[in-house]
Amino acid sequence: MAETKTAAPPAADSSPVTNAKLLRLLVSARLRSQTAYRGSFAADVAGQMVLALTEFVELYAIVHNVPTFGGMTFAQALLVFAFASVGFSIGDLILGETDSMSEVIRNGKLEVLLVRPLPVLLQLMTSDFQLRRVGRLVFALIALAAALFLTDIQWDPGKVALFIITPLAGAAIFGALFVGAGAVQFWLLDGRQFANAFTYGGRYVASMPGAAMFLPLQVFFTFVVPATLVAYAPSLVLLGLDGPAGIPSWTGWLGLPAAVVLWGLMLLLWRAAIRKYTGAGG
Amino acid sequence: MIIEAEQLSRSFTVAERGMGRGWARLRRGARTVHAVREVSFTVEQGEAVGYIGANGAGKSTTIKMLTGILVPSSGQVRVCGLQPVPQRQALARKIGVVFGQRSQLWWDLPLEDSFPILGAMHRQPESRWRPRFQELAEQMALGPFLGTPVRQLSLGQRMRGEVAAALLHRPELVILDEPTIGLDMISKESLRRCLDFERREHGTTLLLTTHDMSDVQRLCQRVLVVDDGAIAFDGPLTGLAEVAEARRTMVVDFSSPLPGAALVLPPGAVHLGAEAEGIRHRIAFDPRQLSAAALLAAVTATAEVADLSLHEPDIEDLVRQLYTSAR
Repeated sequence: MAETKTAAPPAADSSPVTNAKLLRLLVSARLRSQTAYRGSFAADVAGQMVLALTEFVELYAIVHNVPTFGGMTFAQALLVFAFASVGFSIGDLILGETDSMSEVIRNGKLEVLLVRPLPVLLQLMTSDFQLRRVGRLVFALIALAAALFLTDIQWDPGKVALFIITPLAGAAIFGALFVGAGAVQFWLLDGRQFANAFTYGGRYVASMPGAAMFLPLQVFFTFVVPATLVAYAPSLVLLGLDGPAGIPSWTGWLGLPAAVVLWGLMLLLWRAAIRKYTGAGG
Repeated sequence: MIIEAEQLSRSFTVAERGMGRGWARLRRGARTVHAVREVSFTVEQGEAVGYIGANGAGKSTTIKMLTGILVPSSGQVRVCGLQPVPQRQALARKIGVVFGQRSQLWWDLPLEDSFPILGAMHRQPESRWRPRFQELAEQMALGPFLGTPVRQLSLGQRMRGEVAAALLHRPELVILDEPTIGLDMISKESLRRCLDFERREHGTTLLLTTHDMSDVQRLCQRVLVVDDGAIAFDGPLTGLAEVAEARRTMVVDFSSPLPGAALVLPPGAVHLGAEAEGIRHRIAFDPRQLSAAALLAAVTATAEVADLSLHEPDIEDLVRQLYTSAR
């Protein structure tokens, strides 16, 4: 059997390895790994959908009992919820692995990643591309479609652009928060819960109308941890609503710049974290 | 020169719970542990070096400094002409690392699926890594389990896969941290044969840490013995082998209790003691003077032997003996 294998080698490709090719290989390996256990994979996808559904029920329960929630109707609040969910689930899908950084450090997996000729962050992104979290994304997209159907938006080219940018900026913001959450765990080996406060806590804040918070929190979650910029602020612009004092509606356009700034900061933090691990200072 | 280490040291600060009573206990003290102290050595291309020492002697810390995982506290190190930590990714392309306790393979995928990914990580086109993979698969006899998910492989099969993975990009230097730990004799031997072949055929430099004396005997012409963070011995294996073979131990169980004094032992054998009320006896012997078979024959002549086992000196004993003989 081994004879036939060596006798007819597959036509070897001698083209150089581009970044895109490497990324495709890494991601596809990850996807195949996850589908290796079919039963548990299906259960995971379903579980994620149920989880997202619970979050939705929570929102529904609030809005059902009060006519408006933070100055928004049910449909408007649904738009905020859907934007936040789409952004979070994409960020989580790509970078959610950093959440368990302390385990990667403790079980020595980090050392294996360090002796490979690729940045550690890139390896982490592809080492656990959480396809099972697709369940959450699917649910979020359904919610977004429903919100579009139920709300009455006066579309113009600017709003169309904002509508496209918003989920991507949201994903980038949550992605950056995940990177930061991973970095923090280099200092606090049991820092997973602390880090979750920013990632999952950020999602919670992002998915509710910001006006429901009191002023200092509005400012904090807009200009420090930019959670309201993920969904609430752009929703205000799309719906043509005025924002509360801490979240003026022009902040709706700040999602992308905030994501860029946040990524810059979090990458610096990540670098410092790796330097801390190797003992190179930082 | 593949490895140049000069006055390499690494210390760690270990936090300790404060002593004393009441609130004083909450105050945390810090203690500095010197894991590696002023270690200097060089390794030439094509050498095979065994890096041995007891647990906690500083082997892993040295390896981490050589591979770019840890920065030295002081001293200089260059591996393949590069500075490990600042040039970690460049270095990663020139070296292969096998951690006996950790896998670098994709756990849930068939073994063969790890290789295209590793090839791509090292930016090697398929035309370059594929023939190498076929060569390694043949040598390590990976064929029968290439299609098996890594998590279902036996330890011996997995380690062969790990070594093949570390060699795929034709590294100049392969660093192996306890590669044979937990393997059975046959797996150990096939792994050693492959590593030896790799070095002879491709001039690959090998540096391995191990607890197993036979790894060193089989693979390395040179040994570095570390003790308490410093190098205690650097030289050819023969120097160490004299110590290594100085004493083997035979443990004999008799069918009925026998006082130690009743044993008549040939020259070269020493009675170490009896356990289990005279059933079990431990006898040390020098293999250069006396073969195990001759010793057994002598013992059997005294009383009926129910069971026996032979023990090689372990690294800890060796290092201890090395010190005693040096003084």
